[in-house]
Formats: sequence, structure tokens, C-alpha cells
Amino acid sequence: MQIGNFVVTPLYKRFTLKMNQTDSNQGLYRPEFEHDSCGTGFITNINGHKSNQIIDDALTMLENMEHRGACGCDPETGDGAGILIQLPHEFLMEECSNLEISLPEPGEYGVGMIFFPKDSAQKKACRIVITNAIEKLGLVKLGYRKLTVDSMAVGETARQAEPDVEQIFIARPHHITNAEDFERKLFILRRYINKTITDTIPGASEYFYFTSLSCKTIVYKGQVTTYQLRKYYSDLTDPRIASGFAMIHSRFSTNTFPSWKLAQPFRLIAHNGEINTLTGNLNWFYAGLKSYASSYFTAEEMEMIMPVIDNNQSDSACLDNIIEILLHSGRSLPHVMMMLVPEAWDGNVHMDPIKKAFYEYHATLMEPWDGPAAITFTDGKLVGALLDRNGLRPLRYVITNDGRVIAASEAGTLAIDESTVVRKGRLQPGKMLLIDTEKGRIITDDEIKKQIASRQPYGRWLENYKINLSELTEPRLAFAQLSEASVFRYQQVFGYSREDIDTIIKPMAVDGKEPVGSMGTDVPLAILSDKPQHLSSYFKQFFAQVTNPPIDPIRERLVMSLATFIGNNGNLLDEDKMHCHCVVLKHPILKNHQLEKLRSIDTGLFHAKTLQTYFVADGMPGSLEKGIARLCRYAEDAVDDGFEVLILSDRAVDSEHAPIPTLLAVSAVHHHLIKKGRRGAVGLVVETGDAWEVHHFACLLAFGATAINPYLALATIETVKNNGSLETGLDIKTLQKNYVKSVNDGLLKIFSKMGISTLQSYHGSQVFEILGLNKTVVDKYFCGAVTRIGGLGLDEIAREALCKHRMGFNTKGADNLLPEGGIYQWKRRGEAHLFNPTTVHLLQHATRSNDYNVYKNYAKVINEQTEKHFTIRGLLDFAHHRESISIDEVEPAENIMKRFATGAMSFGSISHEAHSTMAIAMNRIGGKSNTGEGGEDEMRYEKMANGDSMRSAIKQVASARFGVTSNYLTNADELQIKMAQGAKPGEGGQLPGHKVDDWIAKTRHSTPGVGLISPPPHHDIYSIEDLAQLIFDLKNANRAARINVKLVSKAGVGTIAAGVAKAHADVILIAGYDGGTGASPISSVKHAGLPWELGLTEAHQTLVRNKLRSRVVLQTDGQLKTGRDLAIAALMGAEEWGVATAALVAGGCIMMRKCHLNTCPVGVATQDPELRKLFSGKADHVVNLFKFMAEELREIMAELGFRTINEMVGRVQFLKVKDHLESWKAKKIDLSGILHPVTNTKGMTLYNSEKQDHGMADILDWQLLEAAKPALEDKTPVFASFDVINVNRTIGTLLSNEISKVYGSAGLPDNTINYKFKGSAGQSFGAFATKGISFELEGEANDYVGKGLSGAQLAIYPSAKATFTPEDNIIIGNVALYGATSGEVFIGGMAGERFAVRNSGATTVVEGIGDHGCEYMTGGRALILGKTGRNFAAGMSGGLAWIYNPDNSFAENCNTEMVDLDPLSLQDEEQILTLLRKHVSLTGSKLAQQILANWAEASTQFVKVYPKEYKKVVEKLQYQTIG
Amino acid sequence: MGKPTGFQEFNRELPTKVPAAERVKNYKEFVNLYTDEKLNQQSARCMNCGIPFCHSGCPLGNIIPEFNDAVYRQNWEEAYHILSSTNNFPEFTGRICPAPCESACVLGINKPAVAIEEIEKHIIEIAYQKNLVKPTAPLIKSGKKVAVIGSGPAGLAAAAQLVKAGHAVTVYERDDKPGGLLRYGIPDFKLEKTVVERRIEVMEKDGVVFKLNSEVGVNVAADELVRNNDAIVLAGGSTVPRNLMIPGRELKGIHFAMDFLKQQNKRVSDIAVDGEDILATGKDVVVIGGGDTGSDCVGTSNRQGAKSIKQFEVMFQPPAQRTQHMPWPTYPMVLKTTSSHEEGADRFWGVNTLEFLGDGEGNLRALKVVDVEWEQDFMGRPVKFNIVEGSEREIPCQRVFLAMGFLYPQPAGLLAQLGVELDERKNVKAKEGVYRTNVSKVFAAGDMRRGQSLVVWAISEGRETARKVDEFLMGHSLLESKDAVNQFDQVF
Repeated sequence: MQIGNFVVTPLYKRFTLKMNQTDSNQGLYRPEFEHDSCGTGFITNINGHKSNQIIDDALTMLENMEHRGACGCDPETGDGAGILIQLPHEFLMEECSNLEISLPEPGEYGVGMIFFPKDSAQKKACRIVITNAIEKLGLVKLGYRKLTVDSMAVGETARQAEPDVEQIFIARPHHITNAEDFERKLFILRRYINKTITDTIPGASEYFYFTSLSCKTIVYKGQVTTYQLRKYYSDLTDPRIASGFAMIHSRFSTNTFPSWKLAQPFRLIAHNGEINTLTGNLNWFYAGLKSYASSYFTAEEMEMIMPVIDNNQSDSACLDNIIEILLHSGRSLPHVMMMLVPEAWDGNVHMDPIKKAFYEYHATLMEPWDGPAAITFTDGKLVGALLDRNGLRPLRYVITNDGRVIAASEAGTLAIDESTVVRKGRLQPGKMLLIDTEKGRIITDDEIKKQIASRQPYGRWLENYKINLSELTEPRLAFAQLSEASVFRYQQVFGYSREDIDTIIKPMAVDGKEPVGSMGTDVPLAILSDKPQHLSSYFKQFFAQVTNPPIDPIRERLVMSLATFIGNNGNLLDEDKMHCHCVVLKHPILKNHQLEKLRSIDTGLFHAKTLQTYFVADGMPGSLEKGIARLCRYAEDAVDDGFEVLILSDRAVDSEHAPIPTLLAVSAVHHHLIKKGRRGAVGLVVETGDAWEVHHFACLLAFGATAINPYLALATIETVKNNGSLETGLDIKTLQKNYVKSVNDGLLKIFSKMGISTLQSYHGSQVFEILGLNKTVVDKYFCGAVTRIGGLGLDEIAREALCKHRMGFNTKGADNLLPEGGIYQWKRRGEAHLFNPTTVHLLQHATRSNDYNVYKNYAKVINEQTEKHFTIRGLLDFAHHRESISIDEVEPAENIMKRFATGAMSFGSISHEAHSTMAIAMNRIGGKSNTGEGGEDEMRYEKMANGDSMRSAIKQVASARFGVTSNYLTNADELQIKMAQGAKPGEGGQLPGHKVDDWIAKTRHSTPGVGLISPPPHHDIYSIEDLAQLIFDLKNANRAARINVKLVSKAGVGTIAAGVAKAHADVILIAGYDGGTGASPISSVKHAGLPWELGLTEAHQTLVRNKLRSRVVLQTDGQLKTGRDLAIAALMGAEEWGVATAALVAGGCIMMRKCHLNTCPVGVATQDPELRKLFSGKADHVVNLFKFMAEELREIMAELGFRTINEMVGRVQFLKVKDHLESWKAKKIDLSGILHPVTNTKGMTLYNSEKQDHGMADILDWQLLEAAKPALEDKTPVFASFDVINVNRTIGTLLSNEISKVYGSAGLPDNTINYKFKGSAGQSFGAFATKGISFELEGEANDYVGKGLSGAQLAIYPSAKATFTPEDNIIIGNVALYGATSGEVFIGGMAGERFAVRNSGATTVVEGIGDHGCEYMTGGRALILGKTGRNFAAGMSGGLAWIYNPDNSFAENCNTEMVDLDPLSLQDEEQILTLLRKHVSLTGSKLAQQILANWAEASTQFVKVYPKEYKKVVEKLQYQTIG
Repeated sequence: MGKPTGFQEFNRELPTKVPAAERVKNYKEFVNLYTDEKLNQQSARCMNCGIPFCHSGCPLGNIIPEFNDAVYRQNWEEAYHILSSTNNFPEFTGRICPAPCESACVLGINKPAVAIEEIEKHIIEIAYQKNLVKPTAPLIKSGKKVAVIGSGPAGLAAAAQLVKAGHAVTVYERDDKPGGLLRYGIPDFKLEKTVVERRIEVMEKDGVVFKLNSEVGVNVAADELVRNNDAIVLAGGSTVPRNLMIPGRELKGIHFAMDFLKQQNKRVSDIAVDGEDILATGKDVVVIGGGDTGSDCVGTSNRQGAKSIKQFEVMFQPPAQRTQHMPWPTYPMVLKTTSSHEEGADRFWGVNTLEFLGDGEGNLRALKVVDVEWEQDFMGRPVKFNIVEGSEREIPCQRVFLAMGFLYPQPAGLLAQLGVELDERKNVKAKEGVYRTNVSKVFAAGDMRRGQSLVVWAISEGRETARKVDEFLMGHSLLESKDAVNQFDQVF
């Protein structure tokens, strides 16, 4: 969730206001980077009967979700909580009569709940504005009521910003006859007051705020913890207060600056989620501004409510604003919700065509507000909830026979008599739960959607007016093909290199895939390169990290869409059949012929205009600016002239006219038209030679292009095919098709990295940080995008374009080669690399001969960067503020070396020899090596004969959870949660089957020969509160270990780090974008993420600001190569450092960058036994590197006058920009944000000096442990029972840790520890529970049951009192058995989404599951006795699932890309029977009993889901055994 | 890249050679070409490294992985374009370069290196066969005139590049044929002269004018040349040979290697030999100096039918393998056995010649030599030698060829007349990378500036100097440079 003034500043204002109103002394921190996440829910009487109990219960629910909220440095200050209820008429009437205000009948007055500024003058001024506004709108003010609040109930920090809370009462005048019109009037009033106060009373708008103004509902909220809410507002505990429903929200935010407004609920919704595409959504809203008109508002009223969306608020608040306007302009609330958060309709063949037409029609009007979301909403009468298309936030509900619906982020937040339960469910992805409290009924998702989708004949409208390119007539005229010579010239003009063609275009055309590379990147940043850059090289992709999850675009393709609509978006506030008169494309890449059709289009109403994007190539200042201005002028004219499509073309270049970089041209026109409120009226199609790699396309789309014709890339493919430089038999057409496909797949990957599902939402979303363009350029042409270090202006951009242009149009001899490139491979004439023949040689020579002098030569080459700059740190020098000291006074290298870690490289990506060499070296120096994500062979836990140890101190926990067992976690000094990795943040990975040999398979708990997929997200981290939960789980699994959260540097990583610190991480690692040892798509290596210098300083600054710095250790990594790098990192705030590539080079790596091919010729990154023999690295060499680096660091410390590292951390004032920067580009950089010193609060340190409170003092496991003593001592079986509620989280994990400590992975004998639990278990029930544990739970459980299960047996079944049918009701939450490696789980009821995701060895029985079941499963058995949701078995490469499928409906829900659906074998039948019997005995399942009773027939109704790859391996094994 | 696993599948193989006994019967080249299959396999061994150390090890910056890949794909035009973008004369380097690229080859860490030099030679030979070697000069000329002095590899490279930039280039050569050492220094059996002539023809077609028998400073006035040209490139080589000034030096039968080799080259080309014949036929020959020129003397002596051949080197015998002080990827000083050695010669190390002994009639009869032992520093480098007591002896011989290298360019004549400043080693003073002398418009390249070195360095210097001359004449240059250049400087 982004908050802040500059992302959400109304667009038209951005051009008149000063852009960045944030305090310029903030360093790199920006409020818009802040995020939050939360718990939400509601409780309602279905018949709307009002009671005080509802409110009391709602508050209890809220309090039981306290752990989903957070608090900052001041433990008493929450991030915010609130409740929305119906107007408590009787209570208010009595209260008002005391104040001599006489309230009319309910519905005839409205109540505003107001936060006034404390400042009395301001408050007075606000009141005057309110009075005048009420008068102006013809309403009647009745009076104010000051609320009784207990200021002492809230925390210190919150108190500093506490407002005066009052209610205003406004009567409905006679001429307004119904509640809806009155509500609309109150909406206009609120907007108008808000706007007037913002515009006329300086400073007041920061505090002044209407939590609500309505004749139906009222919101009590504030910056309080859930427990404080009741205490703060005495109204809430008044027995007279009553409501028919109550909606609640508890907030977990990354910020801790006081803000009362940001608490939720808002007026219509409470939102647990994050809008990933906010900037784009807001831009699109303003893009159509000129066309907005509604019969529900007069023109004057329209003016009063503008700009509709407020400044300085969160994404959730923006969402609330947009819902309001759509609601008040005549749509119903469920209709609005369906528009904003549509289901995944595109490509869904099973969807009802009427509903699909509704979604498609509305897609032509507006894009989804995309992101993980659980939204509860109400208009005062309807109460409902909705989940995003992915179901990335949980929402569980209960319906009781006494007429209540209770819905919340967790189950069990309110104690309910189980015998009253009619239904227990969870909201499914994209679905809606709705209660009409007036009609007193629950309306199902199907019913409400059908009803809304049938309001208009949307399907017929589409049929009649939607335009398909294929149906259009042939083009009137077409451009001639480029000749081969012109192709070459154009390639030069647009800056193609040989590498671009060989490494990028050719593989895309031949294989249809984006190419893969290895070993990160060590070339200069675009702004430091002396090669002319593609403009998009200055744009770094955003990616999801912690606060929202990335998506898997391959395995979860069904939620993704590339559909795009070209034309006029129309009037959003109206519903008209002509809205859908636009061109519909399946994806945004146009081939030449399609473009020509579009160019010639004439439907009688719909036309296209081509504009040339050139500027005069005279090299004069201002030429480019003139060119852009002309283009924008022409574009505006074309819109005024009624064209629906603008084609921006750069074909018409010649020796005197150079192309405007397309990204700049598109964004300039896009923003110019938004500014004019006309962007919504046209589609922007780009015909360009300036786009060939996926990143280029992504940039164009994100900055406004609707569709793209890459004519030069297509022509290039034709040329390389014709001149025989492709080794393929494919024809040109197929090659071009492949290329387009790989662009599209690549785009999906880029969207999904950011957690965005649809092109429509990505379109115009600007989800990039610009690194190296100055603010003037960004503010004018890339409005609203983040740029923090300045950089090129327009004339410099022109210079880059002209450099390429002049190469293309030079009059010198016959050139026949393009430049070599040299980005992905060192080339002498290509881009420079820090690791090059000289530095690799020097480093290896130094470490092998243990020669510090040679090392110094190496360090000198890396450090000096005098003529050539590579990195931000290369632009810096040390600033001396102290007397130098003798090196003897500096703390010894032995101390410093304890602060080293090697990077996370998995056994699998590198060889055992290389991996264990790193570990031995790190153990020798007291540093830490990292397992990477591939697990670790237990044999490495034992010391070696010579005293060395191969045990990695850091055990990584990555998304695939390979080999993550209780014992693995126990054998660690540090547990690292990899949220992202520098080389490919936001992406998953894949280890192909041929690389999974016996050893790797054993270590990863998988089958040899079967491929392994790492999902892009951790399926137990979709939000910050989820991360807090995982940290808690891991701390339980090994409380002696530090918990390290690895983040990748990006804009906003500081606020994420603050959130992570609040989630109780002990260590935060900020990784640079440039690291990376494994294989990654080469565009990700280069274009995603930022240098660590930016991320580290932002994190340090933000943590200090939030008084959190001393609680955590900050670590950084990313191409750290020398002691100078360490010194700079320390001064920027890192007290520990990770070194990976340099350590590998010391160990023999020669930067082949072929890790992905398994052909490493020096045995480092290969599993080939022959090649592994060639590994020649020694632990000594690696030790020497770290010794040298520490020594060099000590020299610098002595020079700067620091005795210890702690003294040095965060002292950025000891850095300065180099005095003489040579490069014309480097001179443009502004590093003041990075060099901004932060001062700490007195008594706090700039380095880690306190321990986190992990809140483990009172956990249930201590009792479990106490009761288990006999078992732990001598394996005596123990029996006990315990009552639980949802705050009892992570049950059994600490107990398992204790077992693992003593008994290792073998654990205890089965059924040694036998516990029974009763009630609603909190999240992570039985997480990492190990062998010997047997848990029984009567009741229900929340998410993550049996996560990482390591051998235990779990059985869960409904309360004995329950009367509902278990197989139709949810009794456990989402993501059960995630990463389980062994053990058994029996569920006597239904489970939620992503059941058994990444299961690699556990056996389970369940009676029904949600979507994405058994996703990425690689081993184990799943017996499913009921329905599955959609997308079952996506990415499932191993294990087996058996589905009971009596109605034959399973096949359509199964993703059969990787699995076969087979009948049962005899062996299967035996296994199923055994499991069914055990299921009956453990859960008493009636369903299982019936199946057993009827086995003869039932056995024919099972389907076996058999992964193809696994089947092959199994069959081969059987063959071998028989043979 | 050709084949990811090629290096695991194929071993290094060099083309077959004509057996030694056969080849000494004539002066023809004796290295055969690969079969198509072998060429393909050898190119498949290239690993297309992330850091191609070969590409860095080559003084020209040859883009080796790229041309290997093109060869693997049998795209000869592409291979030729890639190769000729860094090297004007692959037909020379492909034959006579000591291949520092192969020393730097990553495969060389634990396996025999890729046969880069042979592949290079094949590319250019195939390019000639397929008529891909064409003139490159642009239609639009610059109107600038440049004189290049010396037609050795440096001068030729400079001329080829300058003409490509559109300048009018005249090459002045004091000999009767262009080519310098390529023409008259290197024996035909290593580099047949048709190979040189073939290249000169291409250059002439490209517009380069060769003025032969024109020794600037002798029969061409240096100042006039300066006046009539916009720039001058000095590429006259390092021509003053190191002498052995010991008693008996005046005896007959003691010759500088170059005099001996040049005569033979002329004979092979049917050009009249000046002065008295220097022949090894029927003689006991001692070659003093263990380098390539010495080796050429061995090969030539064998072909002339010497009675015996000995080669003396004052240094100790180098190790057969890399030591820890000459690790990969440096160019290692290891024992090298050339093709001439294969043809027969006795090699001696640590031998110091004290005196030439005459037969009393002014003819050489024998050498007085002594064994020496070297003191080495910790890196294994020679520091000083001590004479081995009692090792003094006579070596009977009638011919001695002095092949101990070259000292510096001839200072009189050209250099003196131009007034160019010399450095402390008496080479023309001009900074590497800049190549300008103290005299306006005058540049220097190759051995004349650098001191004696490899052909590959000469070509490299010629190319880099040409670029500097072009920049000097035009303000900026689009001629290639081996290293990265700031592209903005190239066009602005």
C-alpha cells in the first residue's frame, strides 16, 4: 500500500504544485513508499436486527487479531484500528438531547465524525468552512457533539498527533426526498469541505479529516491498538449503542509516524491488501477527466467533488474514494466492486458468458485495481466481502443458526457455540460474500453477479461494437519492407549491438524463450557508462517484496491476462454501449500487417492517425525538447480532430532527423494528454525500432503505450534468418511468432514480479524507479515516477540518441559489424566490467600465493575507478573528520571477519566441492556461510577429522523450502528468509530434472531426475503480517538462531525494512541488484532492483527515523569486492557484509557465466562428476580473500580514525563525492540523498545494540514442553490435552526444536507425544513438527497447518458439537502442508487454497480443498475425498494425488500441463484403503466410512493424478528392478 | 556459442605437417589445413567464456569466441568480418604469431587450449578462397594525405586503416619489395611470400601507393615529405641488431641472422642477392640466440644443407610447464620447440661465448664458450650468472649467425633529419595510446617506437596509430580501436 503526496497527487495538480512537497532533508525516504497490511472482518445480523452485542463481539474479534497489527518503537502506539457501524440512532438521540440538539428520524439526518486540528485557530477556521459549505449546499446544520475520549489510553507517539474528535449533525432538507440522494449530498458536502480547507487553511488539512459523513454509518477509528479502541472511545462501551452489523480493521504498517487518518475502515470499505498499480489507476482516472459527466451531479457539484481522490493518503483510501464516486453516480456497491476487482475472466472457458461479457465490457472502460486484497464493504444496508482474483488474503466466515454471519481474516476470532454453526467457509479467489440486511438474506456470489451482469445486454453490445483486427479489411496501403542495408542502418541508429542480436533476439526467435544468464552484473550503471544507452536502461523494474507477493505467471497463468483495448475509454460515470467500440487485442504486440490494418481502420466512427517521432539532429540545445513539444501538440490536435488511435512512428528517420527515444515520446504524449484530460479518448500505438528486449516493451507499456509494433526487431529476425546465422530450420513466420510469444511471456513475468496480473493494470502503472534522469525531465515527461539521484537532462538524452544516430549515418567506410555490446560477457571494446581479465587474475594470484601486495594491486584496480566509473560508491571519496590513528589501535581482523557472510548459493547451483570449501573457510574465520535454498546434507553437521566444519551457519528458508526440516532449522546459527534475490527479485526458479542427481534429490527431499520449481512467492508470505508469522515460526523452530530477512534494494526498501524490523527480524540484509550466482533471465539481472548503496542508505535512514535501527543488524551484499567497499557499506549503515562472487573467484571461478549450462570448466557451478574433479579451490584461498579485505578495511579505519566497526556504522558524513568527476554523465548525478546524515535519538545506537522481543514468553509450547519431559528424557509416551484459541500460534514448533536438538532428524518413535487440542488453533498449527509427535485438534485451525511438517502426525476434525457436514465446510485455512517433508495429516473437513503446496514427502487425507491444490508438489501422497478448486496440480512434478470424483467434475479443475490423470492401480487401492481406515480412526470421518462401505463402486470413482516426469522416473526404476 | 559441451568431447588437435625430412628439401610452407570436420570440432572446443581471457590476451583484441562460433556455424563471411574488425592481416598472425591468446585460453587452466591461431588462419584462407577479402575504402575521400614510412606489419596496418578512413596513403619502403620483416625476415617455409604479395595487391586496389626503393632520409627528403603530407607515420622497425663484441668478431663466417635470412628469401623469390653469398651449406653452424630468429636460422641452415647445427642460449633452460610464478593466464616462459627444431639442431642453454677463434686465415674456426649458472630471484627470474669452473671449451664451427635481437631503430638519416626525440632506449619517443612524436604531424608505430616485439604488436600499433592520425586529421574517428573508446568522443 503506498501512501503519500506524490504518487497520489491529483494529476492535474501535479503540474501546478511543486512536485515533491516532502521535506528535502529526508534523505532517500519518501512517504509514498509506505505499505500496510492488516486484519479485517465484519459481523452482522442477517436480518439487520440492531444490538449492542454485535459491537461488543466485533471489538472482541478485533482484539483477537491484534497479532495481525503491529506497533513500532513505542509499544503502546498501534498502527491503527477501527470499527464501522450503523448510526446508533437511539444512543445519539439521547446524547444529542443532552446537548439540546434535536435529532430527526433515522435517515433524515447525517452524522459526520470529524478529526479537527488541535490548534484552536485552525479548528475555528475549519468550522467556518463547514458552516458555509452546509449552507451553500442547502443543508441544515444541527450542531456538534464533542466525543469523550481517553487520551491516556493511547501511546505516546499517537498522542502527539491526536486530533479533537467531534461529531456534526446535519439534517436532511425537505427537497431531498430519499436517503440515497441525501447520502450523495453529504458526499458532495464532505468533498467540498475537504477541498476548501485544503485550499484555504494552511496546515489544517494534515489533521482535518472526516472519518465518515453519512446518514447510515459511522466510523470510530484512530491510531490505536485493537485493545485501545474500546478504551479510547467511551461511546463504544456504552450499553445503549447498537448496530445491525460492524466492520473492523486492524492495521500493520511499515511506517510509525503518527497518522490517525490512515486507520481503517474508511467510509465504505476496510481493505487488507495492497494496490500494486495505484499510480496507473489514478492516472487512468484522471486520463478521462474531460469526459466525465453524470446525471447524478450538476456541473457545479462535479466541480465541488473534484479531484475525487484525496492527496496524502493510502492506496486503500484512494480505493475508497473511487468506490464512492462510482457508487454515487448510479451503480450499486457490488457492481462497483466487480468493476474494480474483477475475477480472472480472460481465457476462462468455464465462466458463464453473461458474466464474462460483463467483465469484458467493463474492461473496455476501466482497468482492475490490481493487487492482493480482502475487502470488506458496506453501504449501510448491504454488507459484504470480496477477494482478489488470486485469493492472496485470507477471509474465513461462519454462518450461525441464530442469524449471524461472522467473517474475518482468521477463523476463531470470536468464540461461537459450535452447535449453532450452519456453515464454515472461506471466501474463494475473486468471489463475493454479500448480506442484504434489509431483506435479511445472504446472497451468493453466483446470484449477485448474475443479477448485476444481466442489468444490460453487455454481450450484445460487445458483439455489435467491439472491433477485432482479424475482421478488418486489408490495409489501404503498407510500408515497403526495409532492405537489408536499411535494417543494418536502423539497427545502428537505434543502438543494437551484436550481443543484443545474438544473446537476446536470436534465442527469443529460435526457442521462444527469454535467454538466461549467470553471475550477476558488474557493468557500469547506465548513467556511468560511456556507451550510448537505451533510454529504458535508466529504468529499474519494481518488484513485489514482503508487502505483496509476486505471482507465478506460468503455473498460475489463469489469473494473468494480456488483453488490451485500443480506443476511447469513454465516460466512466456513465454506462453506454459505445464504450466498447474499440479494438480488442489478445496481447499488445502487433505484427506489421496488423499495424497496417489498424492504420487504415475506418469503421465510420473509428480512425487512426500516424505521428512521426523525430527531432532535428543538429545537436543544438533544445532540439529534442522542440521535437517533443511538436509531437504533443500534434497529438492533442489529432485527439481534438476525433481520431481514436494515435500511432507514434519512428520509421521516418534520416541523416538530419533522429528518432526521439520511443519511451520518451510515448510517455510525453501520454502525460500531455492526461494533463489535458484527453488521454482516455485515444489508444497510443507505437511503431518502433527502439524496442527489442522485453524490458523495453515493459517500459513502453508502463508509461502509456497501448500496443507496440517492433518492426525493426521483426526485420532483424528476417535478416539473420536470411543470412544463415541461425541454426534452425524454422521459417521466418514461425521465428517471428516465437519472438512475439517470448515478449509476451516475458511481459507476464515482469508484471507478475510486481504482483500485477493483467496488462490493463500494468498499462501506465509506472512501476519503475528511474536511475539517472533529472527531476525536470521526470516531472515533465514521466510525471510521478520515482527518481532520486538526478542525472541526464533532455539535451543529454539527445546526445545519447545522436551518438547512435551519427554511427548509423556516418559517411565513413563500409561498416559491416554492429558494436559488440559486452554487457553479458566481457568484451574488450564493449562495456567495461569490474571483474575482467586483470582483476580476476590478480585476485586469484593474490589469494593463491597469499600475497597481500598482489591483493592491493587488485583492490587498486577495483577501487580507483578514476577514469571510468562503475558504481555509486565509485563516485565517492572518504571525508576526513578525525585524526588518523595507528593501525594497531584498530580492532583486530579476527573480530572483523566475524562480520562476513558468503552469499546464498545452493548446493545444486554450485558443486559440493565449491559449496563446502566456502563453508570450511567461513567456519575457520568465524564468519557465516549460507546453505542457499537447496538444503544441506546432514553429514555436514559433523566436524571433520582435522577440526574443520562444513556446516553452513546460515540456513536459508526460501520459497521452495527444499530440505527445510525441524532438524535443518535446529542446526543453524542464523535462519535467513529469502524474500528476494538480487539477480532476479520477484521471480521463482527451476532446477531441471537432469540436474537433480541422487545426492541433490536426497538433500532437497525430492526424487532424482524430477525437476524442481521454486515458486516466485513464499506461499506463507503474502503480506507483512504473514512475514511476522514466519519469523515467529522460525524463532520457535530455533530460538538461538538469528532470523535474517533478505531484501533486495529498491525504492521503498527502507519502509519495508522498518516493517520487517517491526515484524521482529534480528537481521535485515539489503542485497544489491547486481549480485547473483545462479541462472536468471538476463533482463532481470540487469533491469530489476537497485544498487545496494541506495537500498542500504534508505533502510538505514528509515530505521533510524523510526527509532528501530538499534533493534536490528543491517547487512548488505552485491558485488562487494574490496575493503574499500566494506568501509563504504559500513559508513552507509551496514555492520555486516556478504561476499559471494569474489569468494567464488578466490575459489577458482573464472566468471564463465555458464552456470546454467552445467558446463563450468573449473568445477564450481556444475554437478558433472568429471568437471567437479577440476575444482581446484582451497579453503585457504577463500580465507586469504577475507583476511585481505579485512586488512584493507582496517587500513581505511586507521586513516579515518575509527577504532571499531560499531563506531563507523552509519557515519555517512565520512563520505563525500569525489572532487573531480571526469565523465560528463557522472557530473549530473546528485548523491545528496545518499549522503544525508541521520542523527539518532539520544541513547540509541546507529548499530544493533538491543535484542528483539519475539513475544515467546507466554506461548503454549512451554506447557507442551513441560508435559513432554518424560518423552524427551527417555522416550516415555506422554498424553495431555489443551484448550486453544486463534492467538495460540505455531503450536508444536518449539517442542520439535527441542526434540531435534536431542534426537536429530530421527526424532522420537511414532506416537511418543500425544496431545489433544480443543478450539480454534492459530496459524501454523504443527509447523515443522517432527517425528514422534501426534497432535489431535478438535475444532478448526487457521492457515499453514503442518507447514514444513517433519514427521509428525496431525489429525483435525470439527467439534463434536458441530452439526454441519464436514466435507462442505472449511476447518483449516490456506497453505496447509507447505514444504512438508514427511509425516501424516488427516483433515476431517475442507481445507482452503493451496493445500499441500510444495509438499515433498508428507501423506495427507482431506475432504475437500480450494484452488491451486498440490501446487509444485514434488513428493508425498494426497488423498482428496471431495471437491478441489481450480488449477489443481499446477507445477506438480512429483508425488501422487488421488481424488474421489464421483461426479466426474475434477478434470476441468486440473492443470494437466505436468500431470496425467490415470485410473488406480492395485497398489494405489491398497494405499488408499489404508489411509481411509486411518482417517476414520483418527477423525471419525463419516465420508470415509461411506466410501469404505461402498468400496467396490467407490474405487472406480477415484482419479490418480500422476506427474508425468515422476511417472517416467518411477517406470524407469521399475524397469531396472525387473530387468 | 557453438557447442556447450564441445570442450568435453574433443581434444586439441593441430593440422598435420609435412614430415621434417621431406620439408627441409624445399622452402615451402609445410603445415596442412584441417579437414572440414576437424575445423568444426576445434572451433566447438571454444567455451565462449564470460570473460574471454584469450580476447584480452591478444595484443590486437581479436574477438576470438565470436569468430570461433561463426566458424562452428560455417558462416565464413561473418567469421571474416569479425576477424578483420580487429586484425588487418590474419594471414600473417595465423602463421607466425606466438599466440598469447592460447596462453590465456580458459580451457588452458586444466586442458590444452583451443587451437585459436589455426582457426584464425583458416578463416582468412577461406575468406581469400571465397573472394571475401575486398577493398574497404569509402567512396567519399577525406582529401588528406598521409605518408607511412616503412612497409613492415606496423606500416602496412597503419596504411590499411588510414585508407579505410578515406585518406590518401603513400607507403615508403627502402627495399625493393614491400613487407619489411614479413618479406625479408621471415623464411618462406613459415610465411610464403605469395601470402604477403596477395595482401599488398588488395591494399593497392584499396588505393595505397607503395614507393619502393625509397629510403626517406637518403633518397627521399624528410622535410619535403613533411611539407607534402598532412601526417607522417614512422614505422621503420627496430633494425639495429645486437652485436657480440668479443675477440674475433672480425673473422669471416660470422653474420647477423637478418643478413643470412634476407638473402635466402631473395633466392627463393628469384631476386638477385646483393654482395657475397652467406650460406650454411656443408658447414658446422652455430646460432647464437635462442629466440624465433635463431630458430629461423636453424630451419634455413637445415634447408641449405649444413653439416651440423648448434644453437646457444646464454639463459638457463626454461621449465617445461607453468610455474606458480607464471600462472595462467600470463604468457609463460616455458620451453618451446619450434618446427625448425624438429628438423634437427642441438640446443644448449647457459652457454656464454667468450671468443671467436680463427683458422689463422681470417676465417672462423671455432668458438670459445663457457657454461654459466644463473642466480634467480624468488619469482624465478634471472639475476646474475656465474661461470662454471672448468667448463671452458672450444666448439668447432665455420658459420655463426648472431640472432640476439635488435636494439633500436637506425638513428641516422630519417630520424635525425626529422629531429624526432628518442627515448632512453633510443626508440622514437611517443606515448603508447597517443603515438605522437615531438614533431608536429609525425606519429610513430611498431618496433620503431616500441622496440623489438611481435608481429601482432606491430599490427596493433599500426592500427591504433592510424586511429590517432585520423582523429588528428578529422577531429574524431570511427576507426576501430582494440579497447573500448568513449563512443561519445567518437562522434561529437
